Amino acid sequence: MSALVKLTDVSKYYGNIKALEAVSLEVHAGEITCVLGDNGAGKSTLIKIISGLHQHDAGTYEVDGEPVRHSSPREALDHGIATVYQDLAVVPLMPVWRNFFLGSEPTKGRGPLRRLDVRTMRETTRSELLRMGIDLRDVDQPIGTLSGGERQCVAIARAVYFGAKVLVLDEPTAALGVKQSGVVLKYVAAARDAGLGVVLITHNPHHAFLVGDRFVLLKRGAMAGSYAKTGITLEELTRQMAGGSELEQLSHELAREG
Amino acid sequence: MTPATTLEKPAGQDGPDPGGKAADDRLVHRSLARRLMGRPELGSVVGAAAVFIFFSVAADSFLQWSSFGTVLYAASTIGIMAVPVALLMIGGEFDLSTGVMVTSSALVSSMFSYQMTANVWAGVAVSLVVTLAIGFFNGFLLTRTKLPSFIITLGTFLMLTGLNLGFTKLISGTVSTKSIADMEGFDSARVLFASHLTIGDIDLKVTILWWAALVAVATWVLLRTRAGNWIFAVGGGADAARAVGVPVSRTKIGLYMAVAFCAWISGQHLLFSFDVVQSGEGVGNEFLYIIAAVIGGCLMTGGYGSAIGSAVGAFIFGMTSKGIVYAQWNPDWFKFFLGAMLLLATLLNAWVRKRAEATA
Repeated sequence: MSALVKLTDVSKYYGNIKALEAVSLEVHAGEITCVLGDNGAGKSTLIKIISGLHQHDAGTYEVDGEPVRHSSPREALDHGIATVYQDLAVVPLMPVWRNFFLGSEPTKGRGPLRRLDVRTMRETTRSELLRMGIDLRDVDQPIGTLSGGERQCVAIARAVYFGAKVLVLDEPTAALGVKQSGVVLKYVAAARDAGLGVVLITHNPHHAFLVGDRFVLLKRGAMAGSYAKTGITLEELTRQMAGGSELEQLSHELAREG
Repeated sequence: MTPATTLEKPAGQDGPDPGGKAADDRLVHRSLARRLMGRPELGSVVGAAAVFIFFSVAADSFLQWSSFGTVLYAASTIGIMAVPVALLMIGGEFDLSTGVMVTSSALVSSMFSYQMTANVWAGVAVSLVVTLAIGFFNGFLLTRTKLPSFIITLGTFLMLTGLNLGFTKLISGTVSTKSIADMEGFDSARVLFASHLTIGDIDLKVTILWWAALVAVATWVLLRTRAGNWIFAVGGGADAARAVGVPVSRTKIGLYMAVAFCAWISGQHLLFSFDVVQSGEGVGNEFLYIIAAVIGGCLMTGGYGSAIGSAVGAFIFGMTSKGIVYAQWNPDWFKFFLGAMLLLATLLNAWVRKRAEATA
């Protein structure tokens, strides 16, 4: 099966700083590719390239086998790549239904009478969220009044509804408690089961291992490893994430004397 | 859930809901009053009622129909500009150049017509193009440089103030333009921008109609069109909006051009009601527009507000400025009242919003 999204030796430079060097990854339909790395490992840069906010300087970026160069998030969206950012997924003061359709609002009528199809927008929001298992009290409430997990779920449901083929999730569980994280991971799995390819960016190996099919480890802008689920254990993943040998050295340094 | 079902549900219903999904049992019954409190205009409406009652008692002639026309006229001159300024604030930006832009617009029509001895309508058209260009300049510079709109429009404000004075002195030798009252097209343009009709005792200026139309169009755009959705979004979270494909720069430039368009209407009104334009006029009015928008419930930080609110804010302005005259007080006190009103309205808004959000 060919990959939905394939990055080969992609690099990105900011001036003379190498933000990302020779990173390769594949995303297949119905699979979850996890990108793991510590702060500053290049996760954000990678996500920005995939979602079209930045362009890569070297290597190839293919969607469905076609080399692409997205100049805006809109272009990436048109290619079926939807990104759910950690904190910028929604506009807090706007009602849920307005947020759900933001940027792709359905309209009816012509010319100066062209107007939002408010009825459809409300009903679709409600039913789509219900389909993802989110039973919202009121689609008119400002989305800022939802919990962090619920907001993530709305953003995921939105991407699924708008026919995303690839879902890019930027640290969806970073700011959440244990229970909320579980809920979000359930929706991530639901999106996968719906046939989407998912890129899950995280620094939590436990969350990654729960749902991931492939793992790409980043370290200081470069690839530190790439594994299939069968090729690595949680212990190994955790050890690599935690810094591997560096951690051993740290524990040595922190050890009490005497 | 439609609002109707929320309302139909009797208050204090305890037992399990037999309808199941029809009425969500997690939704506490929200009374009409509670739902009204969620509206951005509420604070201003309460304020307007208070001001109205105050001057009804304090000034004998305030309640006469003729006074009502005068109050509405005063409100409309501010209100026409408060509408786009409110939209701009919802979109998260300021414009400090609005006051002098109105004067610039009037000066351009007047001087173009006079110098070219052209039909007045030609001057009006040129003025529209020039004013829209100023608005575009503001928006373009803002989206390109990413500097705060406060700085950019402060720059335009100063530049326009200088240009207004400089050009007028250069061309007509004095600080005001020559009268264009005897020129071709003046009368027909006056009908559009500065006429008035009398219904019974009320003398209604045409600006009131312009104002009402602008409020209606702005409300429609804001609540029922894609552009409106985008205005809320760029003000409430520009990065989020950009990420989901909203054309943030285009929306903001459009807002600045809407401000310019209304400045053009105001400018033409200024010109055609007095035949001549004083080049130093307009300074300080930008704050009146912003005050009207803020009293009307617009958040200074963007993403929240309404066009109707700005109209109520302008109406409060009209009532206060004329009410003081009817009460035969020294009009020097007017600015104090305006400032106090602004503070009270903002506090009330903040309080109402907190209450509304807590119960939402």
